[in-house]
Amino acid sequence: MVSANNELAYNTKIEGEVIVTKADAVINWLRSSSIWPMPMGLACCGIELMASGNSQFDIARFGAEVMRFSPRQSDCMIVAGTVTYKMAPHVRRIYDQMAEPKWVIAMGACASSGGMYRSYATLQGVDQIIPVDVYVSGCPPRPEALLDALIKMQAKIRREPSARNLLASA
Amino acid sequence: MTASADVTAALQGKFPQIASRASGDHPAINVPLAEVTAVLASLRDEHTFDFLVDVTAADWGVDASPRFTVFWHLFSTTTHAYVRVAADCTNDAEPVAPTVCDLWPAANWHERETYDLLGITFSKHPDLRRILMWDGYPYHPLRKDFPLAGIQTALPDLEVSDITGATVKPAPMMGGPFVASSGEMNMTDAEPSAKDESWTERREKPASE
Repeated sequence: MVSANNELAYNTKIEGEVIVTKADAVINWLRSSSIWPMPMGLACCGIELMASGNSQFDIARFGAEVMRFSPRQSDCMIVAGTVTYKMAPHVRRIYDQMAEPKWVIAMGACASSGGMYRSYATLQGVDQIIPVDVYVSGCPPRPEALLDALIKMQAKIRREPSARNLLASA
Repeated sequence: MTASADVTAALQGKFPQIASRASGDHPAINVPLAEVTAVLASLRDEHTFDFLVDVTAADWGVDASPRFTVFWHLFSTTTHAYVRVAADCTNDAEPVAPTVCDLWPAANWHERETYDLLGITFSKHPDLRRILMWDGYPYHPLRKDFPLAGIQTALPDLEVSDITGATVKPAPMMGGPFVASSGEMNMTDAEPSAKDESWTERREKPASE
């Protein structure tokens, strides 16, 4: 005798050990839950980036405590600090070496727009050379602000059409 | 006797050509460029000024002669006295000064900075190259003929310039450089803000009646 399925939850006895979902949901969930940052900590914001990794603010809650300094192993470049024109080509080169999928968080005023340095030596915003996904304002932003940016980054990743992107590039 | 006169008097016996320099804060002396290394060595060895605080320079303007003056700031860790040693560069177009890296190794980067920003070459410097701007940068940014916002050039790496289309742009001045006011006023008024907030790069200054 078949009983009506009036449960809202997934029931292994009826459906078996199988979940039916969209590829996007799974791919985006995996990607957003384990964003490995590439800390491009160039100046004072780097200290706040480090602080967001310690236990008081705990970036590990978001799966992002694995700070990989190798661009080959990381997902999200967090540009934390002033980008001088002398350093700009190197930031671009490291961004180019990161594997897809990759994202960028511009942390702090200097990375977002050049900050207080309206000068001949400072790049007026790292978005002049690399595409930025989330900007964090602050000088420096508090670690909670960086975590807020990380949450927005996660939400942005969950909205991506990942399956289509993967199939299109294959 | 002012403090400048004290230092001058102490050195006068050995170096008759030095003179007191007018100074608002620390004792200062003017020295001919040819004697500067000897004077600095004497200050370090005989007068206990063992700490080099800064090596810097001033550009008095395109039309001034002498155009560049190099300054050495010394401090004595035993007597806690400061002294400023100033020497005018003899050549206005290509200023040269002697290095003090063999007296104080700390001078290495200070002299690189002075070379980078003002174009003063330090003879016998072990590694004279730019420190803030990149090696091929054509200008010296702190000279008086260099505009505050900067001059458009290509990025140091031409390949990156091609890929991104980015260049070294003059920075947006947006109403002039930030200035802070001081004195007894509301903190909101005193904090740094643009000198003239009526114009930005996108909004012209309204014509005054």
